[in-house]
Amino acid sequence: MALLEVRNLTKRFGGLTAVDRLDFEVNDGEILGMIGPNGAGKTTVFNLISGIYPPDEGEIRLNGQNLLGLRPHLITEQGIGRTFQTIRLFRNLTVMENVMAGRHCRTRAGWLAAILQPQSQQLEEQRIREEAERHLRFMKLYEQRAELAKNLPYGDQRRLEIARALAIDPQLLVLDEPAAGLNEQETNELMQLISQVRGSGITIFLIEHDMKVVMGISDRIIVLDNGKKIAEGTPAEVRGNPRVVEAYLGKEE
Amino acid sequence: MKDLIGRLRKLDERYLYSILAALVVLFPWIVRSVRWIQVVNFFFVYALLGLSLNIILGYAGLFQLGHAAFYAVGAYTTAILSSRYDIPTFWLLPVAGLLSAVFAILISRPILHLRGDYLCIVTIGFGEIVRIALRNDASSLVFLSKIPGLQFLEEKLTGLVITGGPNGIFGINRPAILGFTFRQQWHYYYLFLAFVVFTVFAMRRLENSRLGRAWTCVREDELAAETMGIDTVRVKLLAFAIGAAWAGVAGNLYASWVTVIAPESFSFWESVIMFCIVVLGGTGSIPGVLVGTVGMVVLPEILREVLLNIQQWRMLLFGAAMVIMMVFRPEGLWPSQRFRRQLELAKEAVGSE
Repeated sequence: MALLEVRNLTKRFGGLTAVDRLDFEVNDGEILGMIGPNGAGKTTVFNLISGIYPPDEGEIRLNGQNLLGLRPHLITEQGIGRTFQTIRLFRNLTVMENVMAGRHCRTRAGWLAAILQPQSQQLEEQRIREEAERHLRFMKLYEQRAELAKNLPYGDQRRLEIARALAIDPQLLVLDEPAAGLNEQETNELMQLISQVRGSGITIFLIEHDMKVVMGISDRIIVLDNGKKIAEGTPAEVRGNPRVVEAYLGKEE
Repeated sequence: MKDLIGRLRKLDERYLYSILAALVVLFPWIVRSVRWIQVVNFFFVYALLGLSLNIILGYAGLFQLGHAAFYAVGAYTTAILSSRYDIPTFWLLPVAGLLSAVFAILISRPILHLRGDYLCIVTIGFGEIVRIALRNDASSLVFLSKIPGLQFLEEKLTGLVITGGPNGIFGINRPAILGFTFRQQWHYYYLFLAFVVFTVFAMRRLENSRLGRAWTCVREDELAAETMGIDTVRVKLLAFAIGAAWAGVAGNLYASWVTVIAPESFSFWESVIMFCIVVLGGTGSIPGVLVGTVGMVVLPEILREVLLNIQQWRMLLFGAAMVIMMVFRPEGLWPSQRFRRQLELAKEAVGSE
């Protein structure tokens, strides 16, 4: 059984079929890349997995558990962490607070505990901080922890979003164009970080336009065009696939 | 003057706080005037209301212009149960809070998904509904007798007095504890002071807790918050419930202080005052709310001594103050650090073009 199973996934927006009977799996421990021309439906797939809107047809299962109908926060709790194509950080919160937010679904203190501050709540708060610091150090953002998220340089903001998603302790990390807008050095660092994340036991599913990144770190790749899967395989297989080439070149007209 | 401020800054913070605390505790003894102690008591009640609205508006970022409704539920609960069944008002404190919270959960649940302006309009609506229902007393419910099978209600409800209609309720018991009854203004001063101190203390803790962070995340970016595992529905309901509960408590204190309440004390204008206290003082910041309360409640009283026709000028001054604030200091008089930085950066961005 794969970690994430997607069967017959379909989503229509009015007359436009954004995702068309999509079938794929994400295997435990792998890095799966998803590529395709703009408008192919890639981010829509991510939004369907996150539960932001419901599919018209199809199934999504995590560890065999059906995710359909669950609100996004419950899907996150099941173990899926994600980043967004346009960065959606909590801009007026500090770097530290952004990452601490990821710990919300893994902790429990309510309003009464907040006011009374019993031992258990204080311990929980301390652990939240420690966990957040650990993820910040991993993403090399510890020095900037008191900085407001909106003041960070672009590359750091992208890394912060990943740190925040990691704080959820996900089984599956879903990254939407993590390398967008990064320069060459930042891109290389990102690729290293993603490998390290996989090394720590987290499965990764990413959308990316930067071919160097996708071909470089993915174990497998699926290719979308007009909402349909047109190819699947290892980077080498996909690169040579004429249908894939046509999908990209055809669109350049 | 600058020299004095410079020297003040150098003084150890703790000295200043001790002096301030001493002044606050000794205030009724220093200022003997009953009128001014009464003004400060008003300040305390509105400070509580402002702090309660700060949870909904400041932390969670939900545009609430009907907060007087929660205030009313607490006040009327206390008034009815106290004047009719002679229940001591202190016992009614948790009742008032609880009923306001339940009421808030019931009416806010269906509208939680509304954004900004739409939510605002709906809250204005329910604020008015509460006021009008209180004014029309049991007659508000006569429409139910149109439902087949419930005709008997028409006779039972007409003329039935629950809320006292436009004249309100009188004869509310004063608070009493261990044989001592609060009667003088300065008695109430210490009672209210204790509540405000406790409230500030509790709010501080809420602000820096897991729930407080969840509120600010929801305020910043609701979709991102939901996707990061925060149950935004629950968090928003909690904001309404806790904010309303505290307004209900303020209502209880107010009712047992003035001993006579009427629907007009819980009008839309009151909601506007509370809203302005929070926004003009500094949304989300506790000292900001206190400063805002001084501006909205104490200042007009002081001005009344100076300008005898203050009633005529009040609206004009109020409008002018709002315009001036929004132009020169939109982050409020004492803003929470975040908001101020956000605005500074926006100004910088514009300036660099």
